[in-house]
Amino acid sequence: MSFKDRTSQLPDEQRIVMTSVGLTSPNGNDLESYRDALLNGRSGVQNYNIRYVGDTFAGVCQFEATKYQSKRDIRRGTRAGTVGIWGTAEAIRRSGMDWEKVDRSRVGIYIGVTEHGNVETENEIHSIKGYDYDVSFWSHHHNPRTVANNPAGEIALNFGITGPHYTIGAACAAGNAGIIQGVQMLRLGECDLAIVGGVSESIHTFGIFASFKSQGALASHPDPTKASRPFDVDRNGIVVSEGSCIYLLERLSDAKARGANILAEIVSYAINTDATDFVLPNPERQAQCVKMALDRGGLGPDQIQIVSTHATGTNSGDSQEIQALRTVFSGCEGVHFNNTKSFIGHTMGAAGALELAGNLPAFQDGVCHATINVDNLDEACAIPGLVINQPKELGRVDYILNNSFGMLGINSVLIVRRFS
Amino acid sequence: MTPAEIRDEILDILSEIAPDEDLSNLEDGKSFREQLELDSMDFLDIVMELRKRHRVQIPEDEYGNLASMASTVTYLEPKMRDIVAA
Repeated sequence: MSFKDRTSQLPDEQRIVMTSVGLTSPNGNDLESYRDALLNGRSGVQNYNIRYVGDTFAGVCQFEATKYQSKRDIRRGTRAGTVGIWGTAEAIRRSGMDWEKVDRSRVGIYIGVTEHGNVETENEIHSIKGYDYDVSFWSHHHNPRTVANNPAGEIALNFGITGPHYTIGAACAAGNAGIIQGVQMLRLGECDLAIVGGVSESIHTFGIFASFKSQGALASHPDPTKASRPFDVDRNGIVVSEGSCIYLLERLSDAKARGANILAEIVSYAINTDATDFVLPNPERQAQCVKMALDRGGLGPDQIQIVSTHATGTNSGDSQEIQALRTVFSGCEGVHFNNTKSFIGHTMGAAGALELAGNLPAFQDGVCHATINVDNLDEACAIPGLVINQPKELGRVDYILNNSFGMLGINSVLIVRRFS
Repeated sequence: MTPAEIRDEILDILSEIAPDEDLSNLEDGKSFREQLELDSMDFLDIVMELRKRHRVQIPEDEYGNLASMASTVTYLEPKMRDIVAA
């Protein structure tokens, strides 16, 4: 069938498709187990303790890192590197491509990060405290671990990739931003295969927990699995999580030539900036970002079936995103809204990419996974089509719109379409 | 520490910085690099661990003494002989 969007009219060399995904999430280490958890209400949030902050909650990934890395490289590198390598290895394994025959000088790596370097810096300061802050005990590994390109560079080292590699620092919009960067680089001809997405090692830095706590934005609840509760009237903050979600992007012409399985086509995207506050979102700019993505793609809001919301479980952030979405999707009866952070917490740099991944199987099964932990919907977060607590059969899903926003007022929107 | 205790300590440090390696057949007279996958950052780890564990300072122009187990133990013995093994 033909689709009514602008991207469908482009030549295959300018159309960009997702041909594989590898991930680790607090509730699954591959797309199938992750999707199963999302459809069956399994949270990945657990009790967690971190120095100075003490007992809190976090989304923790549990996977066998030595499957794809030596113990030496795990020790030499960072957790962000390790989760990224896991995602990349899984994506390559699932892609069906013969990696040995891939021209690695034509592979680009574009990885979104919310922050990088905090973990290692905190560790070193903690370490030299035991030596009366004598910096001769400061590790020589500190710089290679904390340079901003580290997570992408570790992927390059592990897989012998000699094309471009770097990270995209975009706060919690970084997962989308990594994907968007890959789309652009493929269209520019800078690479033939793009390894894109986002990573988070943030549960290993006490500073991120402490800062959210000082801001009054760190979630608390008697039950860790209910602590992340976007849109609920009793939401009280963010659950910090780790994770990674890595996609392989190719030009449609290349994907067809190798007979690749195509998960989705990226039909539009937009990034803009609030320019109004360090932390508080701006619903007007968010709505503009969503509209810009729709307009660029030649899409109307009523063509979208699933909107994956960014909402993190904070009091003002959730309602302001809904305010923005009401502006754009008012009267669009076929649009449904869900939220993945209610299951896994906020996977920071990985969030945009992971939250999209959990929705991609809807192109096959026609189901919109739910937003869990909504015991009492906050009226300020009510919007027709919000899928609460139980997944909803939609029948056919053609378009998914993925919101991902971050501090310093960065907004990102990605729209993907089923490929057929 | 006796030379044997210093050797054990170096082995313990190596097992941390090269956890994938089998150290059971390490030949003391052969260079580490001939037998193990170690680079300059790994040698700096040996220096750092000795500093952290025993406050042993190794000047940069003396790093060459850490080439093999035998040369390392010989070099460290005067620096560590007064240290009591844990």
